[in-house]
This record gives sequence, C-alpha cells and structure tokens, in this order.
Amino acid sequence: MTDISLNPAGISAKPARRDIGLKRRYAAERRFKLYGIAAIAIGMFFLVALLYSVLSNGYTAFWQTEVNLAINLDPKIIDPDNKRATDPKVLLTANYPVLARNALAEKLGVSSSDKAGMRELGKLFSEGVRGQLRELVVSNPSLIGTTQNVWVLTGADIDSAFKGQIDLSVDQSRRKVSDKQVEWMNKLKSEGVMAQRFNTGLFTYGASSRPETSGLGVALIGSLYMMLIVLFLSLPIGVAASIYLEEYAKKNRLTDIIEVNINNLAAVPSIVFGLLGLAVFINFFHMPRSASLVGGLVLTLMTLPTIIIATRAALRAVPPSIRAAALGIGASKTQMVFHHVLPLAAPGILTGTIIGLAHALGETAPLLLIGMVAFVANSPVTPLDPSTALPVQIYMWANEAERAFVERTSGAIIVLLLFLAVMNITAIILRRRFERRW
Amino acid sequence: MSTSLVFLIVVAIGVVGYFLGRQRALTKDTGGLKPHSLPHYHGWWVFLASALPAVLFLAVWAAATSVYLERTAISELPARTADTVIASQSLELGMVSGIARGLNKLSNEEKANLPQTFVELRPLLSAKGVALAQDGQDYMIPIALEWNKNSIWANNIGGIVAIILAVAGAIFGLSGVHVRARARNNVERVILAALVAASTIAILTTVGIILSMLFQTLTFFQSVSPSTFFFGTVWDPRFAAAGAEGSQGQFGLIPLLAGTIYIAFVAMLFAVPVGLFSAIYMAEYASPKVRSVVKPLLEVLAGIPTIVYGFFALVTVGPFLRDLSAALSGGYAFIQAQSVLTAGIVMGVMLIPFVSSLSDDIITAVPRSLRDGSLGLGSTRSETIRRVVLPAALPGIVGALLLTASRAIGETMIVVLAAGVAANININPFDAMTTITVKIVNQLTGDLEFNSPQTLVAFALGLTLFFITLAMNIFALYIVRKYREQYE
Repeated sequence: MTDISLNPAGISAKPARRDIGLKRRYAAERRFKLYGIAAIAIGMFFLVALLYSVLSNGYTAFWQTEVNLAINLDPKIIDPDNKRATDPKVLLTANYPVLARNALAEKLGVSSSDKAGMRELGKLFSEGVRGQLRELVVSNPSLIGTTQNVWVLTGADIDSAFKGQIDLSVDQSRRKVSDKQVEWMNKLKSEGVMAQRFNTGLFTYGASSRPETSGLGVALIGSLYMMLIVLFLSLPIGVAASIYLEEYAKKNRLTDIIEVNINNLAAVPSIVFGLLGLAVFINFFHMPRSASLVGGLVLTLMTLPTIIIATRAALRAVPPSIRAAALGIGASKTQMVFHHVLPLAAPGILTGTIIGLAHALGETAPLLLIGMVAFVANSPVTPLDPSTALPVQIYMWANEAERAFVERTSGAIIVLLLFLAVMNITAIILRRRFERRW
Repeated sequence: MSTSLVFLIVVAIGVVGYFLGRQRALTKDTGGLKPHSLPHYHGWWVFLASALPAVLFLAVWAAATSVYLERTAISELPARTADTVIASQSLELGMVSGIARGLNKLSNEEKANLPQTFVELRPLLSAKGVALAQDGQDYMIPIALEWNKNSIWANNIGGIVAIILAVAGAIFGLSGVHVRARARNNVERVILAALVAASTIAILTTVGIILSMLFQTLTFFQSVSPSTFFFGTVWDPRFAAAGAEGSQGQFGLIPLLAGTIYIAFVAMLFAVPVGLFSAIYMAEYASPKVRSVVKPLLEVLAGIPTIVYGFFALVTVGPFLRDLSAALSGGYAFIQAQSVLTAGIVMGVMLIPFVSSLSDDIITAVPRSLRDGSLGLGSTRSETIRRVVLPAALPGIVGALLLTASRAIGETMIVVLAAGVAANININPFDAMTTITVKIVNQLTGDLEFNSPQTLVAFALGLTLFFITLAMNIFALYIVRKYREQYE
C-alpha cells in the first residue's frame, strides 16, 4: 500500500508491461496440446492401417472362383474293368480329375491329342475336384454314366488371376498363369460359366496344402471346444474363488499371498502357461497332444485371474446395506451371498467373463507349445481328438508363402476379429443395460 | 463297468437321496419343535453325503489304476537292450496302451481268433479307428491283453466300492434327518470348503509353473552347466536327433536376452511418448465427447489379438520399411523385412493402449486441488501438467511403464513373425535379432524328445522369462500400491 503512495507519477501513467514471456508460454501451450493430438492421431493411424491392411487383403477370401462344368461321369474312366460291384475300392481310387479335364477340354475345344494344352488345362481347376466328384459318385453310384452340372473350384493361381490380384502385364514366364490360361479364363467368364461364388469351403474345410481347399473348419470346432471348456471351468472356479476372497476370507497372511498371486498371474507372459501345460498336462498326466481339452485347460488357467479380478470388482460394487439387510432378516451368510449378493453382481461377472473369453479366443502362444500346430484335415469329434484353433490356424497360414494363403490368412483374421467384436459388443451392451449405480 | 457309468450311477443315487431326504424332513413329526433347517437342506446333505465321498474315491481310484497298469506293463516289457527298436520306454508304453485300447473295440468273434503278430493286428485295429505306429512288436500283444484284463478287474472293484460308498453315504445321511439336525450348517461347510479349494487354484497354478519349469531346468543343467547357459554368448542348439549322442549344441542366453531387451526397448521408445501424450490429452484437454469416442477406439488396439499384429508386421510393416529403405538409399534395402525395428514398432503400437489407459487412470487420480492451485497461480495448462500433475503422478506412471515393459518382454507372436530367428548380438536396429520367447517356440514345436537338452533349454528360458517378468510386476505393483496410499 505504502509503495504506491510513494510514487504519485505512476498513477496516471500506464505501467510499462513487463515481459513475462506470455507469447512463448502460449506457444509452448499450443505445442503441448498439439503433441497430444499428434499422439492420438498416430494411434488412430495405426488402428486404421491395421484394419485396412487386413480388410483389403482379406475380403476377397470370402468369394472363391468356381467353374460350372457339365461332367460326363464316364464309366470307362471311373471303372475301366467294370469291377465296382465287387470291389468297393474302385470308386474310391478312380481318376476323377480326368473327368473334369475332359469336360473342360470339350467346353473350350481343346483336342485330347494336344498334350501341352491338356496339361495347362488341368491346372485350371483345383485338385480338390477329386474329393468332390468321389463324394458325389460314392454317395450315389447310379449317377455313373450320366452327365452332371457341377461347380468345380478353380486352382489357386487362376483364382488370384480372376480376382485381378496377379499383374497380367508382365511376361507370362514370370507369372504363375500362362497367356493361354488367361484367354480360357476370359472366355469362360464371358460365357458366365466361371464366376465367383460364396466361399463356404473357408468355413468347412480342414488343413490342406492347396490354398483353395484349406479352410477353418477344424480350427472353428477346436476353438469352440476350448471356449466351452474355458467357460465351464473358469466361470465357476473364478466366481467361487472371488466369493471366498471377497466375502469370507479374513485379512491375514494367506489371503494376502493369494491376492498378490492372482495379480501376478494376470501379468505372467502367456507363453509360460504353455510351458506349464506342456510339462504338467502332456508330460506328466499323459494327455493327448494337440487336443482341444489340453488347450482349454491351459486357457482356463490363463483366464482365471482376469475373471477373478472382474468378479471381485463386481462383488465389491454391491452395497453393504444389501448384506446387512439380508443378515438382519435371518439369512445365513451363505444364503446372503448366494441369494442376494451374487444375483446383483451377475451382470458385472458376466461382462468380465465375456471379456476374458474374448482374450482367450485370440491367444496363440501357449497353444503353439502344446502341439496345436498340427496338420489336421479331419474334423475333431471329441475334445480329445487332434485339432487346431482359430489363431493357430492364422499363424500356420501366415507362414505359407503363396499369395493365395495371404488372402486366406486375412480372411481368417476377419473371422476372428468379427467373433471378438461380437463378444466385446455383447459385453458392452450387457454393462450398459444392467449396470446399477447405488 | 466303465468309470463314467459308475459315475452316473453314483450321481443317480445321490439325486434319489436328495428327494428321499427332503421327503423325510417334510413328513417327519416335528413334535411341536421348529425344525432347524429347511427340508431341501436335508436333501442336499443326503446328496453330498452319498455322492461326494464316492466321486472322490472314483477319482483317486482311477489315478491309482493307471499308475498300477503302467507299472505292471513296464515290469512285463522285455529288458531294454542296445537293439531295442523303439527309442524310449515311454513310447513302448504308449504303444501298448494304444494296442490295449484298440483290442477293446474288437468284437467277440474277432477276439476269439486274434492274430499273434503285430503286422496282422495293425490293419484290424486301424479299421476300428485306432491308428498305430508301424514299429509295434509282437511281444506287446500279450502285455496289452493282460493290461485290458487288469483294467477290467480294477474298474469292477472300484465301481462296486464306489456304489457301496454311495449307498452307505445315503443311508447315513437319511438316518441323520431329524428336527434339530443342523443340515444347513453341514451343507454350508461343504460349500465353504469348495470356495476355499477354488481360491487355492491360483496358488497351485503358480506353484505348478515354478515346479514344472524348475524340474525340467534342473535336468537341463545336468547336461549344460548354468554358467555356460547364463553367460554364454553363442546360441547354436543344433538339432535334437533322436537317440544321437554327442551332438552337443551351445546354449548361450546372452544373445537372446539382448534381442529381447533391445526389441522391448524400441517398442517402449515408440509406445511411451505416444501413449503418455494421448493419456495427457484425454485426461486434461479433451472434451467428454471426444474422450468418449477416442478412448474406446484406442482400447480396440488392446483387444486385437497379438497374432494379428504379427501378421500386420509380416505382410505390411516389414515390406513397407524394406521398400522405403531401398527407395531412400537407391536400391539397397538396408532395413530387413524382419528386423528389430519392425518388431519394435508393431509391438509399440500394441502397447499404446496399455500405456495410455494405465496413465490416464493415474493422471485423473491426481487430486483436483493440486491443479486448481497451480492454475490459480497463473500457470498455463501445459505448465500445470509438466510441473505439478506429472511429478505427482510419476511413481504411478513408472509402475505402469514397468508393467508395460514386462508385457513387451513376454510378448511372443509379434516377435515370432516379425523379429527373425537369427540369434545375433548387434546394435543395428535394421537387422534381425531374436528373443527368448521366439526360441521357446522354436525349440518346442515339431517332434519332441523330452530328455534332450535342445528341448529342455526351453524350460530354462521360460523360467528365466518368468522370473524377469515376475520381478518387474512385483516391483511395479509395489510402486503403484505405495503411490495409491498417498491420496486415499
């Protein structure tokens, strides 16, 4: 106060503004804010790049090029010695691809004496035609001698060319389809005989060395079994453990150890669970390798901490007044927990379980160690049969070099991401709808 | 009597016991007293008394039977000599049990004129869906027959005892039904025991992890000394040729550890600034509307399986960096498609949501009053964040970063697909290096011979990895906990 009165000149004159670096400080403020926006933009960019890379590589996998052939099931080729009535092996081992090749040759007007032409023709359609026609004939032998219209898969290279994934401008010696084959392909396309159809094989076939006949059938069944095992083991065990820790356990050394333990298990690298499964379930208990049972058990142990942590949070969110009221009207402690607290915590538990399951569905590393990297062509019937899992199948396809496998891999990733999206969205909806705030 | 049939019978007895017990409790003359327990508790108690001991007995009996069968089979196998065809006793045993399983599926007629040689038996069994390896021996057939005979005996005895136990339990439970019987307390005690058992599974898992890996690691250290493993600088395990002696590889941990730490370091170098700045922006600047959109989108990154990131690195990021480097240097691609940089960047992307959501929680937990004080003194928002909020949140953020780093070290699928398999020590981030996790996967896929150092080294690596991440996690949790106490 006294300072001001000592300086009478200052009252009328405007004080010179002291430079406190406001400009610089505001610039720093703007820069800082910009860094934040840039960081978020980088994160978003990679999310978009990842999804774009998968989608653009993979959406074509859901369509497969097929060609409609009028195949004459010639008894002279299927059964040259006419022994099919006595020897059942004849129909199983007959040379079916020749039938498809002849049908195609007829269609395109290639003479059967043109050896080189016939060889190139044979590469137009997939070797998978053998199994397809065999199934047709074995299931209904009376078809022999008739002419059937059949949609036949094209070879993987033709499929890629048809989808425009092979650069046709380079010299034919440097690409996998010859000019002749492209000419035939275009001819068949203009006649409407060759077309892209929905790829049901992607969801039904098992492992195969040919891209066009390999699919996710085995992997889907294996993953389904594992998810069921994880659900039926980890949900009851996880809920029981959480109830004990949250409602019954006294605060002592032991519960402290269990608690630290669970938090640590949640952060243990997943591959360590694979080593555990290999050493304990396979090496010690002699369970079968590659079986979805072992995979399910390993994933259960891995998911348990997640479910326990979520369940405990849900139990803790139930207000103590509910417990006091239940006990007050004469319920025993067990009745209080199971009749009142647990139903109120159920939505939270369910949400946590679904998120844990989604996590388990995408997990690959532990499954590699218990032998799920296997070439399994036939669908598993029980959880003890060899099978693969969705992410493991992706891993195996990712190691294949062919272009068509990149497409399949991306397609499989889309399937996996769709499953995960559905599970997570379900969890979010459940949370939104049933979440209670006291 | 198969075990599953006995199990069903036991459960059926228990269910009957439940209804009988409830009925008895309902109809019993109370003599004017108020019953202690509701009728269905009496039912449950009878169920538990009859089914629980019988089922436990069945489980123990089944385990004991399999041990007994293997022991007898081993004692009957001819002594192993140098020219025994089959590589190990466990393989022989597996084959015998396979034959036994196949023989069970044969019809009586086929059993009556059973072929005496394995060559004739094999197609017969494979027709029944039991595929066997080619090198089975004739002497295994009588052992397998003996196996089946013993297992039928054991199953029958076990089944009868279990059913007797169930019936006796039911009678005991039913005889205890009276007005003042404390059935509810009994049932609740069993429930509590089940809850305790469930919560010990977490401990059992940890014990299982440590014991199983320790056991295999000790076996590994019998053939390779710990000092050459922990301090060796050459990783060259060679192949585990079945039965081949003397193909001693070199198992040096250092190149793998160096690769692991280097890749994790590159990943953190990418993820920490991006994640931290996103967290700061979302906690301090973003409007609730922006936050409600951006936060879930960033968390989508955390929900994507790591195999998808690995594939992304393999087909998109790796080739992109290689082509980019070729374009920059005019032809020579100095960045390899599989390199430390590729793996590090993609792993960094995976870690962004971990860093951002953990730090977001910690930053928003800093009390409002600290911010208000700083802003009131005239500092700008960024100054408040840098000088007040971040220092206050620092211990928590360090803890979060440690947790993230332990995740980076334990990450498998990205490095398997993007980092390469060559175990080098170098400082060029454009070259391929490999990690502990990659080598665990490499050593354990394919055909396994469980006593070769080539396989066992994977467990030594796993144990090392487990202890590194465990130490980081415990330290991180300690820091986070200590920090949390300050403001509560």
